[in-house]
Amino acid sequence: MDSFQPLFEQLFGSEWGVPLFLLAKNLLLILAIIIPLLLAVAYLTFAERKIIAFMQVRVGPNRVTFFGIPWLGGWGQPIADAVKAIMKEIIIPTGANKFLFLLAPILAITPALAAWAVVPFSPELVLADINAALLYILAMTSLGVYGVIIAGWASNSKYAFLGAMRSAAQVISYELAMGFALVCVLMMSSSLNLGDIVAGQQGGSFLNWYMIPLFPMFLVYFISGVAETNRLPFDVAEGESEIVAGFHVDYSGMAFTIFFLAEYANMILVATLTSIMFLGGWLPPVDIAPFNLIPSIVWLLLKIAIMLFFFLWFRATFPRYRYDQIMRLGWKVFIPITLIWIVLLGAVMQLPEAALQSFPLNLWF
Amino acid sequence: MLDTMLGNYFPILLFILVGLLVGTLCLVAGWLLAPNKPDAEKLSTYECGFGAFEDARMKFDVRYYLIAILFILFDLEIAFLFPWAVALKEVGLFGFVAMLVFLGLLVVGFIYEWAKGALEWD
Repeated sequence: MDSFQPLFEQLFGSEWGVPLFLLAKNLLLILAIIIPLLLAVAYLTFAERKIIAFMQVRVGPNRVTFFGIPWLGGWGQPIADAVKAIMKEIIIPTGANKFLFLLAPILAITPALAAWAVVPFSPELVLADINAALLYILAMTSLGVYGVIIAGWASNSKYAFLGAMRSAAQVISYELAMGFALVCVLMMSSSLNLGDIVAGQQGGSFLNWYMIPLFPMFLVYFISGVAETNRLPFDVAEGESEIVAGFHVDYSGMAFTIFFLAEYANMILVATLTSIMFLGGWLPPVDIAPFNLIPSIVWLLLKIAIMLFFFLWFRATFPRYRYDQIMRLGWKVFIPITLIWIVLLGAVMQLPEAALQSFPLNLWF
Repeated sequence: MLDTMLGNYFPILLFILVGLLVGTLCLVAGWLLAPNKPDAEKLSTYECGFGAFEDARMKFDVRYYLIAILFILFDLEIAFLFPWAVALKEVGLFGFVAMLVFLGLLVVGFIYEWAKGALEWD
């Protein structure tokens, strides 16, 4: 791609050529991330409907197809849904604050997409290889709550307001447990760079992955991720049977669809981060012949798909938690567990060098 | 010329702008392509079959407020823990004990709020 730089310098002169080339190159790379991501979101909704249907012994969507090919039955569904959503009227209620009402969905989707800037897809395939990657992701995922709370307030509806309050309190509570779990990962990796975190899990087999020494943190992180994205069984923010649809009850058409996109993009982000930080990212489970010949990005995508399957599996399996149970789990179970694990891990790391070099600690330190 | 530091962060700025643009374009597409035939009933706030009695921006439970304050405390704690965790292998035992003192103080606060019932929801 860098071979196009001279062409730009010829076209726009040496002063403007280089910045314009960098702009064009980065825009192309960003589109190369966002377009597959949005497609993945579309087909995640299809996968969700199909998988839950099979778990409930139904067939799921099987009508919409491409060019009338019968065995593709259902695969056109996400496209049909998108076209339908875009053709629906966007209703802005009379009592609503118009500006904030339209700003909220944009604030929800922007961080959900922007967090992907620092995600490495393989050792070389990363858009922005910065040292503060994890800090940036933590900052971006924290911003998501603004979209929710502004949507709830701007709608001027009681259901939206209650949903937004619940959702905001739940999201910030689980963010704490998530942050503490991340601290444990950082203690092991000594780096905020996601590529370095994966490199720290190298060493021959899945026994080197941080999932093994940090198993409770792995569970805490993933469950907090489910709660952060307001997915079942933690979806009291939307709880259909109590507050209809929560913070986006007054949204329709494309404005609603953007919230939907943001939620699913966040799900994929949580699955990706779990894979990178605990499941060895693009590393094969055993570093021997048939496994390490498969391209590294395939392993990463496979791990993401497995984690996403868990999201859908949870939804089909567990009944919704009560709100006080959710807050109890976040504050009284996860935060104490993570605090204890930080101290334990710190204490183990103070052992003499000889002890750290003996089995099984030599796998991770 | 762009130095390496700025060069590394430039794609992120661009990505945030593209993210904003995606959201805006989606809304504009919906606004352009969708019908727009509002009437008073359609534009009324959602309520169970009758007009809304009062403004929805009402008093809310103080516990949400409490959760937000506790969140600030603990989130700051995490912000302190991040650089410490990254540097733990260098700061060694001294750094570990220093952080234990800091964590200990916060745990005392955590136990106090727990005992006071700030985390109860019934």
